[in-house]
Amino acid sequence: MNTVAGYNFAYLDEQTKRMIRRALLKAVAIPGYQVPFGSREMPLPYGWGTGGIQVTASILGRSDVLKVIDQGSDDTTNAVNIRRFFAQTAGVATTDSTGEASIIQTRHRIPEKPLGEHQIMVYQVPLPEPLGRLEPREAVTRKLHALADYGLMHVKLYEDIARYGHIASTYDYPVLVNGRYLMAPSPIPKFDNPKLHMNPALQLFGAGREKRVYAIPPYTRVESLDFEDHPFSVQRWDEPCALCGTADSFLDEVVLDDAGGRMFVCSDSDYCKTRQGAGHTGSQSPIPAEAT
Amino acid sequence: MNPLLRVEGLSKRFGEHIGCADVGFDLYPGEVLAVVGESGSGKSTLLKLLSTRLAADAGHVRYQITGRGLVDLAELSEAERRWLLRTDWGFVEQNPRDGLRMNVSAGANVGERLMATGARHYGQIRATASDWLARVELDPARLDELPTGFSGGMQQRLQIARNLVTRPRLVFMDEPTAGLDVSVQARLLDLMRELVTDLGLAAVIVTHDLAVARLLGHRLLVMRRGRVVETGLTDQVLDDPQHPYTQLLVSSVLQV
Amino acid sequence: MYVAVKGGETAILNSHELLAAARRGDEGVPEISPAQIREQMRLGVARVMSEGALYDEELAALALKQAAGDQVEAIFLLRAYRTTLPRFGYSLPVDSGRMNIRRRISAAFKDLPGGQVLGPTYDYTQRLLDFSLHAPAACKLPPCADEPLPAAMPRVADLLGHEGLMEAELPPAGDPAPGDLSREPLRFPADRATRLQNLARGDEGFLLAMGYSTQRGYANSHPFAGEIRMGEVALEIVPEELGFPIAIGEITLTECQMINQFAGSSTVPPQFTRGYGLAFGEAERKAMAMALVDRALRAAELGEEVVAPAQQPEFVLSHSDNVEASGFVQHLKLPHYVDFQSELELLRKMRKRHEGRKKVSVTEGNPLFGTGGKAHTEIAVGENA
Repeated sequence: MNTVAGYNFAYLDEQTKRMIRRALLKAVAIPGYQVPFGSREMPLPYGWGTGGIQVTASILGRSDVLKVIDQGSDDTTNAVNIRRFFAQTAGVATTDSTGEASIIQTRHRIPEKPLGEHQIMVYQVPLPEPLGRLEPREAVTRKLHALADYGLMHVKLYEDIARYGHIASTYDYPVLVNGRYLMAPSPIPKFDNPKLHMNPALQLFGAGREKRVYAIPPYTRVESLDFEDHPFSVQRWDEPCALCGTADSFLDEVVLDDAGGRMFVCSDSDYCKTRQGAGHTGSQSPIPAEAT
Repeated sequence: MNPLLRVEGLSKRFGEHIGCADVGFDLYPGEVLAVVGESGSGKSTLLKLLSTRLAADAGHVRYQITGRGLVDLAELSEAERRWLLRTDWGFVEQNPRDGLRMNVSAGANVGERLMATGARHYGQIRATASDWLARVELDPARLDELPTGFSGGMQQRLQIARNLVTRPRLVFMDEPTAGLDVSVQARLLDLMRELVTDLGLAAVIVTHDLAVARLLGHRLLVMRRGRVVETGLTDQVLDDPQHPYTQLLVSSVLQV
Repeated sequence: MYVAVKGGETAILNSHELLAAARRGDEGVPEISPAQIREQMRLGVARVMSEGALYDEELAALALKQAAGDQVEAIFLLRAYRTTLPRFGYSLPVDSGRMNIRRRISAAFKDLPGGQVLGPTYDYTQRLLDFSLHAPAACKLPPCADEPLPAAMPRVADLLGHEGLMEAELPPAGDPAPGDLSREPLRFPADRATRLQNLARGDEGFLLAMGYSTQRGYANSHPFAGEIRMGEVALEIVPEELGFPIAIGEITLTECQMINQFAGSSTVPPQFTRGYGLAFGEAERKAMAMALVDRALRAAELGEEVVAPAQQPEFVLSHSDNVEASGFVQHLKLPHYVDFQSELELLRKMRKRHEGRKKVSVTEGNPLFGTGGKAHTEIAVGENA
């Protein structure tokens, strides 16, 4: 595939990529620490993945195979748009298959299929500061991180339990990385939090509008905050995926009609398709047709 | 016995204005020092200097840290200072709203220091917070309520519980009863005297009210224009003031 | 590797064509050219240049055409373009004292050296819709003044400075080179040079509202429009191989110096202080609003109490950029069904619990929740009485 004339490989100029890679190296060296970087204005609106795109652009090589997902799916418009952007500006191979990808840029999900050491996850991050909702002043939160003073976050979790009987965060659930830095895992459902822990893949996080990158190196401890007597737990569904029958994946609720009819299907479209291809079925599986 | 706090030559200026000049004293474990003076006498500045909220121009504040002896607080890192502030020290603000988180429950207010120092068992944090509410004569059934619904006296007691839950050795108090009605004040003073004795707390209490000083203070420090004009055992100073300014203070109280 | 075209991709491409058709509108009406926009929509062009942070009338006009007149979209287009441009160098500071003035007014003095110059302004038009503009018409220039404007027009703030009534505008200690917000992230605390850069790129509507709030009691600024001047200034660079400055062209600027009261502090006598605004092109509203906000943001530095939003640097500077704001507000239309699903689950769980709790409290009362507010109110009142 040819790249767009007049622009550098993967859009960003090499100086900028080097600057971002330096920031990423620092991020890897201090797991969970938010490294400020000279975020550039991208031809994509802020909040739509400008951080993830810059990270991907700065690490992308010609032999990479790129997968882009949004809400777990390769087919959502924003994922299609970002994949198209790199296909045009870098001409790299793209794929829907989690296993084949060397770089996976994501918004809001981690694929269900376990990742390997040869892979890099790039997360799009809207709000990198986990303490931001409790303390909006950056000058203050920076100090709290420096001093590992995270009592405030536990006050919030305590208050949740006192009010609702359980911790009321369901996504962007705060984690402690390598026993040191409190980190926002980006708005992934807490269902995905356990996948952050000791993951063989390198995990990079880019926040373009807020101008921060951070990282979880391979095989790093990542703990979701909780109390001993209210341990962290993930969502479970009462029924399996209606298309592939799995009971282990994050399910989207699909509204079928206006009379309360609904079904639950995998949010990870590649995972679901792979399972269906292997012959797994669910309650709403189409009746097998003639091979076309 | 070694002093818990040793203060020497403490001075602070604000431009032309003298905040505090050459203040020095020793404070021993379990001892309550009352600092009295009119507004503008420098007593609140002194409290800020002692509690490291303000940096001094000259002089030293040394504190007995377990295993390290008397350590100059100016030499501590910010992390160490903050650790002291949330474990070994307490600070009771004049206005409880400045010392409480008004948007979280009473239980969370009391539990915060426990969580900041590593407590991770919700049930135990809750039980400890509940005990402390009872100790400061608040109904433990109100553990999950916001302090906004509490009266001023109740908020002040909640603030005291929040500070004492980590069993500090030293507590700073800035006019802790000033905003309260007289009847509420008396009850709070009784409670504070009890707690200080039971817990063996050392305390520095800033007040303009000689009655508060007499009730709580073992020793008295009289300040005027940033300087200490008289110091001694509380009863001694109040019954037989030597400095004309102290005499004036004492007589003006008697006149009321 | 072959990538199959997805439904999403087709939809995106079709949407582009629909957009182009909508932009063109009725083909019976002649198509507008960037040159027409540049010449006849110059104030719109100026705003796109200021907030797009690129002085290029051609490109700003093109962006406005492409954005169908949507300024924030045009600003975004210009920003996304400029980010890829190589840097050849930095210009020397422009000297607004040597501005070739077309407009210059002061609200602080009736007359002043150089005089008041009204120039082209909407200020004293009567805002009556001019129906004659339906048809093309020739326009005439007013007669020239009897004598040319003086070459030197001292800045009003400098006039007061001679008397010591105006704070000296001194560079910070060590005179460090200002940072470059388009290359370095905004960090707090931000120095004044950085704040001014941010405000210069900031959204005019946002600055207008923040500046306005300082006049209505949210901050206490007592401003006077010391001077507003608009005109052309020469832009100079020093090429490395030459070693001396050469003019590379001129740009139009609007500059505003607000004069504000200052009561003084223990170390500084009472004096006037400044708020500064600068924008590309003719942009008086922007420059004035910027000057108000700049002064408000100096509250902490001048030892004033910080009580209003316009005085909080983190609040103002983090929310002034319309490209950032527009993107993040509009990202809400991206799919959020994973997060929404999680919230849905939580809500159902909470409602189940709520139902259960209601039953408990009706039968036996729950010591943890809801002892009811009434009894507490009575205790509180009793204690305060």
